[in-house]
Amino acid sequence: MDKTKTMSAPGNISFRVPSYQEIMEKLRIKKASRPYKQIKWEVFFKRSLVAIAILMVLLVIGIFFTLVVQSVPSIKALGIKYLWGKTWNPVTNEYGAYPFLLGTLLTSFLALIISIPFSFAVGIYLGEYNTKGWLSNLLKNAVELIAAVPSVIYGFWALVVLVPLVRAIEIKLGVVPYGIGIFTASVVLAIMIIPYAASIGREMIKIVPQSLKEGAYSLGATRYEVIKSVILPYTKSGLFAGILLSLGRALGETMAVTMVIGNTSIIPTSIFAPGNTMASVIANEFTEADRSVYLSALIELGLVLFLVTVVINMIGKRIIKRFTR
Amino acid sequence: MQYNFLKLQSAAVGLICLSFAFASCNGGGNAANSSDSTKTDSTSATSDNNTILGAGSTFIYPFFSKAFSVYNQQTGVKVNYQSIGSGGGILQLTNKTVDFGDSDAPLNGEQDSAIGVPVLHIPMCSGAVAISYNLPDVKDTLQLTPAIIANMFLGKITKWNDPAIAAVNKGVKLPNTPVVIAHRSDGSGTTNIFTTYLSKVSPDWSTKVGKGSSINWPIGLGAKGSEGVAGIIKQTPGAIGYVELAYVLQNNMAFAKVQNKAGNFITPNINSTSAAGNIQLPADSKVSLTNTDAADGYPISGFTWAIIYKEQNYNNRSQDRAEKVVKLLWWNIHDGQQYCAALNYAPLSPAAVTVAENILKSATYNGKAILQ
Repeated sequence: MDKTKTMSAPGNISFRVPSYQEIMEKLRIKKASRPYKQIKWEVFFKRSLVAIAILMVLLVIGIFFTLVVQSVPSIKALGIKYLWGKTWNPVTNEYGAYPFLLGTLLTSFLALIISIPFSFAVGIYLGEYNTKGWLSNLLKNAVELIAAVPSVIYGFWALVVLVPLVRAIEIKLGVVPYGIGIFTASVVLAIMIIPYAASIGREMIKIVPQSLKEGAYSLGATRYEVIKSVILPYTKSGLFAGILLSLGRALGETMAVTMVIGNTSIIPTSIFAPGNTMASVIANEFTEADRSVYLSALIELGLVLFLVTVVINMIGKRIIKRFTR
Repeated sequence: MQYNFLKLQSAAVGLICLSFAFASCNGGGNAANSSDSTKTDSTSATSDNNTILGAGSTFIYPFFSKAFSVYNQQTGVKVNYQSIGSGGGILQLTNKTVDFGDSDAPLNGEQDSAIGVPVLHIPMCSGAVAISYNLPDVKDTLQLTPAIIANMFLGKITKWNDPAIAAVNKGVKLPNTPVVIAHRSDGSGTTNIFTTYLSKVSPDWSTKVGKGSSINWPIGLGAKGSEGVAGIIKQTPGAIGYVELAYVLQNNMAFAKVQNKAGNFITPNINSTSAAGNIQLPADSKVSLTNTDAADGYPISGFTWAIIYKEQNYNNRSQDRAEKVVKLLWWNIHDGQQYCAALNYAPLSPAAVTVAENILKSATYNGKAILQ
């Protein structure tokens, strides 16, 4: 109990513990005005925290406004049909974001579907079955390492290892064996986003109250039943938050995707077809965008990506709220 | 212990304040400068009078970095060239943050009007775009006509044993492999040269697709950079794509002979690329070398141009600085050319050097020619 108290409010509590006198003595030797100074520090510290937090908010708003302002030429030239326009043709200055919007959503959600079984399995195993010891630590660190590897390395690995594998599968399935395409990109993305949902899942499962679990066991529940009817319902909002975090990562990932997605503005007809994502188009075409409408259309693509992320996050928050209720 | 903690806390607070103060100071400074960024940038550039700033084409970068390091040893003048892409280089020049830009295509109408004053295009060297393919069982070098290339990239020729390909490759056993097109996904001068070529030789391509550094490809897989396209070609049996000659040679990839305007099948190499530029050039050198009239010239090649302002006295630049820039480029089109071949760039043809000399001589400072 004591321990939690000192942890929750270190500043105040440490003053009132027995060694207070000792401190006061030392302070008196130095300067009597120290406590007043301390209060000043406290106030200043709090204010700087608030200021930094506000700065963050301003930064996001600033990015949003920059995107809007820079997109104006494109919005003026292309109008709202930019969103569902199906051709992206820099030669004729005709830009439609639909193929890339579709590509972004397709790869992200496909990646999410592929990653969920893995991230949940890792979360449950590390949070419930094997919470301590070297194996648990090794697994935990290995999974977290997945998040630390730079994305270009995933892209490279996918190009060398995954693409031939997918091509072999495609030959078996009888589709055009490109090897690269939406499916390959989704698999790479899935691997990249596993640690986000897995780590949050693990922490959530760890903090399920022992009393709840013990209650279920005492009623004769097996371990699987405890997980199914106690742990998962108890942690579902946390698990969903982890999924949401993974999705955010998948939506914005650029380098690994652009290396294996095929980068074509033709609308994909199957999950094995090549496609493109918004982030990837921006990264590819930004350097050589030599007309103002073109440049602006690319920035508008960034704006759309920004808004898609915001909307998905808002929907996610609502779902979490409904879960917790 | 407790006292230590106190100390630590105040130290931490101090640190945070300090970093915050720095951050805000920095932000304020930027905000103040950004309204007049061009001015501050150029003064910072002129403050080091021995460093010339350039930006642009990534294609030319290996040559520039070699040539400029030699130039630095010989003259002591440093050149800081940033390979940010042709479009970026032109933008930097428009904002007057660099002394010269480098582009794989002449300025387009919009870029011209953005700059507003006359600029000079000085050819630096030329480069070829090779048609590389992956047919593991074909050992002979394939020959391709302009029509075949255009039809492949339009998606009209879909198999490698198409009669049109067989007709110009007698004796070569062509497989029944589907054609997989690989192209650049990033905006690139290489794409510009290649699509300009296709637009010239195929009316169909010209009307349906067009030319540019990024275009709307009718079919195929896109990959970022030469290495990306090369990766697709190497990995995919039946793949064909266009890659800079230098990259193809360094990586031992198979590439085709291409029929030129005179009807000869030409192997892309440094000589045939130089030859492509040995034609009657316009005085401003702003010409695409694709589909060249030269009988021994490889048809898919192009210049890369250094771009400078014609009137070098702008933004309070010193005459000394203007002279240094012009002299650097003068050196590049003469002594610098010897470093082309080793890096698989084609040196300028004699005709092109003469044109480039005349263009450089037209550069002025306060209306007076810089070079006598």
